[in-house]
Amino acid sequence: MTTRGSGLAMTTSASRSHLANRRHVLDLDDFSREEIEEVLQNTDVMKEVLSRDIRKVPTLRGKTIYTLFYEASTRTRASFEQAGKVMSADVINVSAGGSSVEKGESLYDTALTLQAMNADMIIMRHSHPGAPYFLARNLDSPIVNAGDGAHAHPTQALLDLYTIQTHLGRIEGLKVAVVGDILYSRVVRSNLWGLTTMGAQVTLCGPPTLMPLDFLKGFPEEHPFAGVTIENSVDAAVEGADVVMALRLQIERQRAGHLPSLREYSRMYGVNASRMKLAKPNALVMHPGPMNEGVEIDADVAHGAASVIEEQVTNGVAVRMALLYSLVTSSQTGK
Amino acid sequence: MVERSSDTAGEAPAIGGRQVLDREQIRRALIRIAHEILEGNVRDPEIVVVGIHSGGVPLAERTADFIEEFEGRRPPVGQLDIGLYRDDLNRRGRPVMRPTSIPVPIEGRPVVLIDDVLYTGRTVRAAMDALNDFGRPSRVQLAVLIDRGHRELPIRADYVGRNIPTSLDEEVRVHLRETTDDDEVVILRRRA
Repeated sequence: MTTRGSGLAMTTSASRSHLANRRHVLDLDDFSREEIEEVLQNTDVMKEVLSRDIRKVPTLRGKTIYTLFYEASTRTRASFEQAGKVMSADVINVSAGGSSVEKGESLYDTALTLQAMNADMIIMRHSHPGAPYFLARNLDSPIVNAGDGAHAHPTQALLDLYTIQTHLGRIEGLKVAVVGDILYSRVVRSNLWGLTTMGAQVTLCGPPTLMPLDFLKGFPEEHPFAGVTIENSVDAAVEGADVVMALRLQIERQRAGHLPSLREYSRMYGVNASRMKLAKPNALVMHPGPMNEGVEIDADVAHGAASVIEEQVTNGVAVRMALLYSLVTSSQTGK
Repeated sequence: MVERSSDTAGEAPAIGGRQVLDREQIRRALIRIAHEILEGNVRDPEIVVVGIHSGGVPLAERTADFIEEFEGRRPPVGQLDIGLYRDDLNRRGRPVMRPTSIPVPIEGRPVVLIDDVLYTGRTVRAAMDALNDFGRPSRVQLAVLIDRGHRELPIRADYVGRNIPTSLDEEVRVHLRETTDDDEVVILRRRA
């Protein structure tokens, strides 16, 4: 779902924002390349703020941001909270654990309450795909999707793009191998949009039981993912890669019958040191976290010289600051 | 609101504008400003020159070049983007930010802020707030190429290239060769 006309040429001046008409961040499927580039450029500025002795700027003074998390999270929630606080916004965390919130009506009611308390932005995570879209349709507040089921996690994808760009200087033309549980990964889905929009060559690799059926069939020529390669062998996927992104394997998947055993999974699909030798010499190792070391990624790779996993977390704060900077303010005229 | 009176980034030279300064006049103004900055900081010559994005950044570099030419020593040059300190939060479309870098600690040192056009004074107010987050300078001074009047805050420049009285429906554009073809200052009437 898009809330802006795509390709709106607002480029009368180089400093004019491409994000001026954006209200929500639900996925990267409706982000233009210019919008992504602007977020990445502003993220650089935010990194500088985070490197200062006094990490506080007055930009969002008097603004109230709610995080509404219906699912567990450490880094995403802490990251949004820190981003808001560094920019002087008041950040209020609402936890919605429990089962009654699974009903659409109470989600709506909870969100209406936050809106009635003058939320300048609602950042939400929900186990149901599409839940943030539902709020975006029904509320006036800007909504940021912090993960909805297996559907999308746009801010994770943006921080991944930023991490790649700062290390390798570009995204266009890079070979990015994503290895693991593609079927249940919202990180992959948002990254597919982001990476393909920025011109990367993406290869997805995982056990066929953890690959979406339509991905296995291949994408038609006119599909935005037409250039995406599906690979069964990790060695082939990693070969010549500039970036190797390992995905978290949820242990429940084994019990659900997707995998014979974790050991076999690790042997066949784990990112390890010998596999990394097949990648380019300066290739990056990434993981959205939290990791199962010894399952989808070996500890020596996860903490090795090529790993930028911790940096992804640091960059996550800066990327979210960049989004808050552009969105919390541009939304105000809509009221 | 912080309304930048000039924004040369990515714009073609204006057509039909009235030129008020040419390349040579801009050069002379900056040479004079560089001399005045040196005179004004005789007691504490450890100045840091900081340009305000976008127009102030090339001007800060050029002023530092002249100071080096006269004194044999180049002052440290920083650049400041005031995007995070603006007071026009509720207006649509926040501009893309440019990097801020203050290369040396400014604590206890005199800082000379440089911008291309001084207008309402709100940009300078934001710049002073931004500067404060990097330390407490012994003194903050302001140098501008053009003072066009219409202040909305009690702010004045210590060093002025040229005072140009303007009306509110006019726009002052400073074109610098770092971003456009040539150096010139033009005044044009704002389109209705």
